[in-house]
Amino acid sequence: MEVADTPFEFFTVAHLTCISNLSAGTLGGLLKGLEECSDASIFHHTFQTLSSHHYLTEGFSNDFAQWVLADANRDALAEHLAALDIRDYTSIAALRADLCRSVRDFVEQHPEAAHQEALERFYFCEGLEVTLPFGMSARTLDEFHAGVKRLSHAAFCFHFISSRLRLQLRTNDFSHWLANSLGLKTLADNINHIDIYTNTLDSARAKLLRLVERARRKHEPSPIREPRSPV
Amino acid sequence: MNPVQFASRVPLSDYAKVIGDGEIEELRTLAKPLAERGVEMVNSTAVGGGVAEMLNRLVPLGEELGLKIRWEVMTGGEDFFDVTKSFHNALHGEPYHSDPRHFEIYRAYNEQNLKRIPLDAEFIVIHDPQPAGFIEARKDGQNHWIWRCHIDLSHPNRSVWDFLEGYVSKYDGAIFSSPEFARQLRIPQYLFHPAIDPLSDKNRELEPEFIMEVLARYSIDPLRPILTQISRFDRLKDPVGVVRAYRIVRRYFDCQLVLAGGSASDDPEGAEVLKEVKGVAEGDPDIKVIELPPWAPLEVNALQRASTIVIQKSLREGFGLTVSEALWKKKPVVASAVGGIPTQVIHKHTGLLAHSVEGTAYQIRFLLSHPEIATRLGEQGYEHVKENFLITQNLKRYLTLFLVLDRNTKN
Repeated sequence: MEVADTPFEFFTVAHLTCISNLSAGTLGGLLKGLEECSDASIFHHTFQTLSSHHYLTEGFSNDFAQWVLADANRDALAEHLAALDIRDYTSIAALRADLCRSVRDFVEQHPEAAHQEALERFYFCEGLEVTLPFGMSARTLDEFHAGVKRLSHAAFCFHFISSRLRLQLRTNDFSHWLANSLGLKTLADNINHIDIYTNTLDSARAKLLRLVERARRKHEPSPIREPRSPV
Repeated sequence: MNPVQFASRVPLSDYAKVIGDGEIEELRTLAKPLAERGVEMVNSTAVGGGVAEMLNRLVPLGEELGLKIRWEVMTGGEDFFDVTKSFHNALHGEPYHSDPRHFEIYRAYNEQNLKRIPLDAEFIVIHDPQPAGFIEARKDGQNHWIWRCHIDLSHPNRSVWDFLEGYVSKYDGAIFSSPEFARQLRIPQYLFHPAIDPLSDKNRELEPEFIMEVLARYSIDPLRPILTQISRFDRLKDPVGVVRAYRIVRRYFDCQLVLAGGSASDDPEGAEVLKEVKGVAEGDPDIKVIELPPWAPLEVNALQRASTIVIQKSLREGFGLTVSEALWKKKPVVASAVGGIPTQVIHKHTGLLAHSVEGTAYQIRFLLSHPEIATRLGEQGYEHVKENFLITQNLKRYLTLFLVLDRNTKN
C-alpha cells in the first residue's frame, strides 16, 4: 500500500456565532447589508449555515435565500440566491459580489420590492472559527478512511467544503491530499464531484468512504486499521 | 462560599448514544487546552427555572471534561427578588414605574454577595440581570467576564435598561438566545441558542406502555389523530385560538385536541384563562384540557410522543423550547412565527409556520392529508435539534467561547 511522505492532518473545528449590529427588513436593506457586512458574516450565512443544516437536501442553500423565500416572499430571487454554489468560490469577495449582483438585479427589475417590509428582519451574524488538531493523521488510504469516519459534522465540513477558501483552489483538503500525496488523481476528482446540495453531509461522507474503499480494493486489499494517534 | 452540589450526574459517554462518538471526541479535543482552568457560573437560583436546570447538567459535564468549573448562587431577600422580578418584566417591555429605591436595593444586594462569593476564576459567566452588578468587583486584566442574558431585550423599559447597561458595557461580551433579543452594544455579542437535555425525563425515550397509560389516564384515544399544545394557560400562548383552529380542522378530520399545561392555582390570570378555555371547550369530549402538576416531565414527554401534530400557537414567545422538545421527538410542528420559534421551525424544512388561526388550521389539515410530509418534517426537525439545540452543543459553544477569549488575550 502507498504510504504518503506528508501525512493528512485531521482537524477539529468549532464555530462561535457573533451577532452584528446590522439587520435588514427589506430587500433594499438586505443589499445594503450584503455590501457592508464583514467577510465573516458572508461566511457564516453561506458556508457555515450549510454545515449546520447538513441534513437538509431540498431547497436549503444559504440563509439569504431562505430569508428571501420565507420572509420577503420573493420566490424567484430566492431561487437565484439558492442556486449560487459555494463550491464555485475560492474567495468570500467573489461570493459577496455575486450575492449583491443577484439582489441588485432583482431590485432594479422590481423597484417596488426594494422597500416592501418582510415578515421578520434578517439579522447579520458572523462566524468565528476555532480549529485544533484532532490528534489523528493518516499516511495511507486505510488510515485516511478510518479518520474520515471519526470526524464530526463540523470537522468534515471544514475539510470538505470551507477548505476551498483556505486552499484558494476548487478542491477540498481530502482531494488535495489524495492527489498530491498519494497520487490518486481519479479518486480525488471523484470525491470532489460529490454534490453537497443534493446529499446530506452523512450521505456525502458515506459516498466518499465508498469511493475510498473501492480505490483501496483496487490498489491493495488489506484490513482497515485505525489512524495513527500521537502518544 | 457555597458552590452548588449536584444530586445526580450524567456521564458524557451517555450522550454518545445520542450525538455520536465523533461529537464527544470533538468536545474532548476542544476542552483539552482548557484543562484545569477556572470557570465560574453565577446565577440567582439553584432550583427551578430553565437556567438552573441547564447549569445542573452543564457544570458536571464541564467538570468531566477537565475544567475547574463551579456554580455559585447569589442570595437576596424578598425585597431584592421583588425588585428583580419587576426589572425582569420591565426588560420584557411591561410598564414600570421607576423608583430610585429599587436601584439602591439592587446595588446593596450585589455588594453584599460580592463579600461572600469569590470571583477569581479565569472565565466568569454571570447569568441574567440579578447578579450583573458583580462586574464592579472586576480587577483589571485578571479574568474574562461574560454576561449571559436569557431574556428578550428587544423592547426594554428605558430606565431599567439604562441602569443595567451601565454594568453590561463593562463585560468582555454578552450572550443572547436570539439575534432579535439582543441590543446594539459596543461589546461583542454572541449567539447561544437555549438547549434541551435529550436524557432528561422530559425528553428521553419512554416505554410505549407508559405512553398508553398516560393516554388512558386522560381518556385520550390513541387510534385517532391527536393535536397537542403544551403550554401554561396564558393569553400569550393563545389557547383559545388553538381551540378555534381545531374546530376548523374538525370539519375535515376526526381528531382530538389536547391542551396541557401547569396548574393555574397560584396564578390568578392563569386561572381566568383556564376558565375561559374550559368554557370554549365545553360540550366537546374530544378537547382535553389538562392541568398538569407543577413538575410533570414524564407526562409532558408522553403527551408529546403520543401526538400526531404538536402546535405552538403563541402570540408572543421567548425562545419557546417546547418546540425543540417536540421536534426532538420527531413530531411535525405547526407554530406561530414569533420570538425564537422561526429559528427552530424553518418553514417547510423542519415544520410549518402560521400567522393566524385560519393559517394554523390550514397547515394542520395539510399535514393530516400528507402524512409522508409530516414524517419528513419531523425527521428533519429532529436533526435540526440534534445539530443546534442540545445541551452538548451549548457545552461546545462555551468551550469555543473560552478558547476565543483566550486567543484574543494572547493576540
